[in-house]
Amino acid sequence: MSFYDTLRHFADSYGLAVICALYLTLCLWHFRPAAKGHVEAAKHSIFKDDDDGQ
Amino acid sequence: MEAVVRRLGVWALVLLAAISAIALTPDSGFAIHMGIVALVAVILIIATLGTYDPLAKAQSIFRMPPGPSRYDDDVVRWGVIATMFWGIAGLLAGVFIAAQLAFPWLNLEPWFNFGRLRPLHTSAVIFAFGGNALLATSFYVVQRTCRATLALPGTARFVFWGYQLFIVLAATGYLLGISQGKEYAEPEWYVDLWLTVVWLAYLAVFVGTILKRNEPHIYVANWFFLAFIITVAMLHVVNNLALPVSLMGAKSYSAFAGVQDALTQWWYGHNAVGFFLTAGFLAMMYYFVPKQAGRPVYSYRLSIIHFWSLIFLYIWAGPHHLHYTALPDWAQTLGMVFSVMLWMPSWGGMINGLMTLNGAWDKVRTDPIIRMMVLALAFYGMSTFEGPMLSIKAVNSLSHYTDWTIGHVHSGALGWNGMITFACVYYLVPRLWQQPRLYSLRMINWHFWLATLGIVFYAASMWVAGITQGLMWREYGSDGYLVNSFVDTVAALHPMYILRAVGGLMYLSGAIIMVYNIWMTILGHQRDEAPMGDTAHDEANDRPIVAEPAE
Repeated sequence: MSFYDTLRHFADSYGLAVICALYLTLCLWHFRPAAKGHVEAAKHSIFKDDDDGQ
Repeated sequence: MEAVVRRLGVWALVLLAAISAIALTPDSGFAIHMGIVALVAVILIIATLGTYDPLAKAQSIFRMPPGPSRYDDDVVRWGVIATMFWGIAGLLAGVFIAAQLAFPWLNLEPWFNFGRLRPLHTSAVIFAFGGNALLATSFYVVQRTCRATLALPGTARFVFWGYQLFIVLAATGYLLGISQGKEYAEPEWYVDLWLTVVWLAYLAVFVGTILKRNEPHIYVANWFFLAFIITVAMLHVVNNLALPVSLMGAKSYSAFAGVQDALTQWWYGHNAVGFFLTAGFLAMMYYFVPKQAGRPVYSYRLSIIHFWSLIFLYIWAGPHHLHYTALPDWAQTLGMVFSVMLWMPSWGGMINGLMTLNGAWDKVRTDPIIRMMVLALAFYGMSTFEGPMLSIKAVNSLSHYTDWTIGHVHSGALGWNGMITFACVYYLVPRLWQQPRLYSLRMINWHFWLATLGIVFYAASMWVAGITQGLMWREYGSDGYLVNSFVDTVAALHPMYILRAVGGLMYLSGAIIMVYNIWMTILGHQRDEAPMGDTAHDEANDRPIVAEPAE
């Protein structure tokens, strides 16, 4: 098997699985119950300052 | 004093190197570019000599508010002014090349023909107008959301002026005929190297500011800005890998050949759209739309899904530019499938932006800045629907190489990038120059309608032109021969090209109104005008309808 074949078989098996798992983890990480407070705080963080230095 | 001498020495070295390059090169374009570098060095030497505090002079030229402020906003103010300047330059070039397509006698050989002005237009609007808007807003947003001043303030100033030098070298290069011939990556090797230095400095300032933040969370707008900066660095370096013919000349040859070169180019080209024109401007959207509306983003979690989906999907979409070419079929299909999948996160982001206005929809009537933002989001939605549709092979076989593509690009660029940038500039200017309000809100209204109608003229005429072209090119007669010659299609499109130029002119007029409005605001004037959204009260008619008895 050529180097190209080895690489592409890795890419469409383990590589694909790792990328999908990484994607799902990153997306769903903020849905875990403990994240609720952090998400709320981050959402409102841009309104903490009234004047924004102006 | 010591610092001044050291700086003088550095500029003198740059001047010397530029002069020797001018003397040694046989390439006239390269010599002119080195002349520009030498000129900048001379200006810097004079500036360094003339005053120990060049900043104070710049402060008065740009009417910077005096005194210390909480954040470091000088670069942001310069960036806003540069955005306006390059915006007008880029739009003007666009209107001119649109007129050239309708009236070919406008091709002024050799410097102002279509082939040289077209990259000038695209680079001026994307990298000069859009790039300066991104520089200014990213430095503004990262300081506010991190509650910290810019890290490396000197480097931040270098980023701004270094980027302007890149723009001048790129733009003059196109007019002189210096080009790599790669779309959106036309500048030659030495300009690319300079941009790499500037861009890494930009990354250092941005990451440095995030690292010294006083706020536990990194707000989602900064994620988008960071993705934009890192990805553009990667795309730029890989796509511009090239070997110069000589260190004393402009010409270089790409490290890739044939279809590999084409794929690398469109991996770069489409992600320039994805990360420069989408991720960066979404960062603006996620900060300025909630701020202007006075309410937090509709769903913070949706914005995170939007972010990761964009990052994971966009990078694969490039091959849709190479349908029905020598690129392997599986790669074309891969590009198409990922482009279609991109539709979902794009619309998720659009819905997130629009729903931020939930409960404040009345502001669309009374606040012209919010109205611009809503229009920008609507065009983001429209062009991110049109894009996946055009990437489908069957549709692409009709639309590719026609003006439909041009229409699609402009509904995204004028509608989404242009309008969100205008809205952000209108938001920023009174705050940055410490004015109570803009010179005129009604002028924003004029700007809004001129721009909107301009886009409608532009997009509609290009749809008609593109589909006409596509159908005429593929029309066969019963004898099996093509019915139309190429010049037949050119003649058929002439009215559409005129309409397109009219649309562009309307968009440019709106931008000129904006420049006047911003200028007067910076000078501290306020126009005496009736407030927006003021409904007249008619006392006589303000009563219930009473049923009248029949006669």
